[in-house]
Amino acid sequence: MRKSPWKRRRKWGGKGVNNLLVAKNISVAFGGLLAVNDVSFDIPKKSIVSLIGPNGAGKTTFFNVLTGLYKPSRGNILFGDQDITDLPPHKIAEIGIARTFQNIRLFGLMTAQENLLVAMHSHLKSGVFATIFRTKRQRKEESEAVDKAQAILDFAGVGRWTNEYARNLSYGDQRRLEVARALALEPKVLLLDEPTAGMNTQESQVFIDFINKLVAERDIAVMLIEHDMKVVMSVSQRVTVLDQGEKIAEGSPDQIRSNPRVIEAYLGKPKVARK
Amino acid sequence: MVKSTGTSNLTRSNRNWIRGYSIAALVMFITYQYLLPWEGLPLGIYDGINKWMPPAALNESLVYVIMALGLNIIVGYAGLLDLGYVAFWAIGGYCAGWFMSEFFYFLNINFFGSVPAESPGIHINFWLVLLIGGLVCAFFGALIGAPTLRLKSDYLALVTLGFGEIIPQVFFNGEDFFGFNISNGTKGIVRVDPIPAGVKNLGPFDFGWKLLLFIFLAAVMVFISLRLRRGRLGRAWLAVREDELAASMMGVPLMRTKLAAYAIGAFSGGLGGVAFATHVDGVYAERFNFAISIFLVAMVVLGGMGNVWGVILGAFVLSWVNGNGLAAFGSVYNETFGTSIDFTSFTFLLFGLVLILMMLFKREGFVPESRMKLLMHESELDEEESVEKKKKVGR
Ligand SMILES: Nc1ncnc2c1ncn2[C@@H]1O[C@H](COP(=O)(O)OP(=O)(O)OP(=O)(O)O)[C@@H](O)[C@H]1O
Ligand SMILES: [Mg+2]
Repeated sequence: MRKSPWKRRRKWGGKGVNNLLVAKNISVAFGGLLAVNDVSFDIPKKSIVSLIGPNGAGKTTFFNVLTGLYKPSRGNILFGDQDITDLPPHKIAEIGIARTFQNIRLFGLMTAQENLLVAMHSHLKSGVFATIFRTKRQRKEESEAVDKAQAILDFAGVGRWTNEYARNLSYGDQRRLEVARALALEPKVLLLDEPTAGMNTQESQVFIDFINKLVAERDIAVMLIEHDMKVVMSVSQRVTVLDQGEKIAEGSPDQIRSNPRVIEAYLGKPKVARK
Repeated sequence: MVKSTGTSNLTRSNRNWIRGYSIAALVMFITYQYLLPWEGLPLGIYDGINKWMPPAALNESLVYVIMALGLNIIVGYAGLLDLGYVAFWAIGGYCAGWFMSEFFYFLNINFFGSVPAESPGIHINFWLVLLIGGLVCAFFGALIGAPTLRLKSDYLALVTLGFGEIIPQVFFNGEDFFGFNISNGTKGIVRVDPIPAGVKNLGPFDFGWKLLLFIFLAAVMVFISLRLRRGRLGRAWLAVREDELAASMMGVPLMRTKLAAYAIGAFSGGLGGVAFATHVDGVYAERFNFAISIFLVAMVVLGGMGNVWGVILGAFVLSWVNGNGLAAFGSVYNETFGTSIDFTSFTFLLFGLVLILMMLFKREGFVPESRMKLLMHESELDEEESVEKKKKVGR
């Protein structure tokens, strides 16, 4: 792994000490396509911020950059005072950025509990020998992990599915389980990619309450990609709008609602306008 | 929606297997060590056992069991295809050949060996060689894994295939390996030291006791497999098998996790290699051919990927058919019907046929792991579901 100590220690300073994560001038190119074009974005502590935009705007791609799946062709990402631009995905997850996926990617043939235990992998210590000989420490660690997993499952409202294979859960519960799995990483930043997709109004409302509770009770910041404007407007402290890879607006929900450029970007896009 | 299957699978204790396994081991041991040589044994039974499952064939099956269990960690648990597993068998075998024989006749090293101290060659204690063989293989497993595991699984399969060809070839032509003789080439290394086992040294014909030893080694692998499977690493393997990308996003280091599977799987190949060398009392390069790699994969797949009991059954059945069963069946058939068909020449035709039939009708293997069963029927489910969806859309 490539590490440059001086880079890691560099402070971003100035732009508000309250920021957990700062992405600066991120560009991502796929061949000739600039999926993300010079986008800067920060996530303040204990905040809920949203990223919206028409289909293909580059929202998921931006998530993929933050979580290390794609390396940006330009720009860098600071987490705390650590430059994480070149870290591999599992390191980024380990230091505290967890995510869910637009199309659910649970480990379908693992139980709900196992799904969470996998996410705890980087926090557990037991090695091969400790596991084979089932040392006292290993057993203690495992049982604590199991208890913690259960607590998170309960918190996310899927506690009764502990020993059920993830793929057997209903769609809504799978979405909740995916959030629970991300929480098992004990993240400082939680990235949710269209978490309410496919939910009805009532379910969305439950989910909004859940997110609010999450931020209130845990020291966590949430970044949301969302098509459902009702959800976006009701939970976000700040909304950022992407269109064709470019950031076209940023501000409070009210500012965004009345921003002519945003309205323009959304008009003529029936799929989104419908919502 | 599929009904709950998770609970029983997880809560069922693995503790009880040791009792059942021990009983089976004892029965086999007593049969072969005491019953078979017993003069009072009716001739019919004596002939029957020697015809259908003679001691040497049984012991060889167990060597296959040991190795199939190792391959199962790679293929069944971590979902990586390895088409060159025979390389580990060869490396383990030559570890026995080097460290417990007179092969290096110009040296005189004896470390708790089972032969007189003045014997030429390197004579390290068998139990230690077992460990060395395992560790050397684990090292090689990691060595080929490190640069290749980044590849997509199809390419990885090709690389392992090449590795499985190269290593045996190196030994085959090893009489002059950059000026050194590392294997005696086609002549092989003849005679390895007997196994020191307390009161007695076990030579090539102590089938009964070595049967017990091989059963024990297989048990060690079963134990390791089951323990790891339920722990942190086993879960990571499963997650990687299911969705590599999601696993890495959840903090699972892909390379290390896969390498661990390779190394631990290869370790078992080393055990099997050393065991096999003592079984045939030597190391012969031509034994380590490509077909064995495929044969081992077939054992894992037919038995039931990911389920150690299925894998043991698969290894037993296939090695039995290949080694003795088909020949015995053929001779009975020919006697009865007065024909002279050479059944053993149909071995691979038969395997091919069985593989095809299994893939058509019982893809998950004889004794599938419950998850694997669901996985193997997933594609069918998906097809049905999408057909249903299309119908709905049509309406
Ligand atoms: N791996 C990739 N290779 C090539 N092009 C890609 C890749 N991933 C995304 N793209 C392209 O980048 C653009 C942005 O895609 P992205 O998935 O980020 O959009 P999005 O804003 O998440 O849209 P949606 O609302 O539909 O989820 C699209 O044009 C897409 O086709
Ligand atoms: Mg998207």
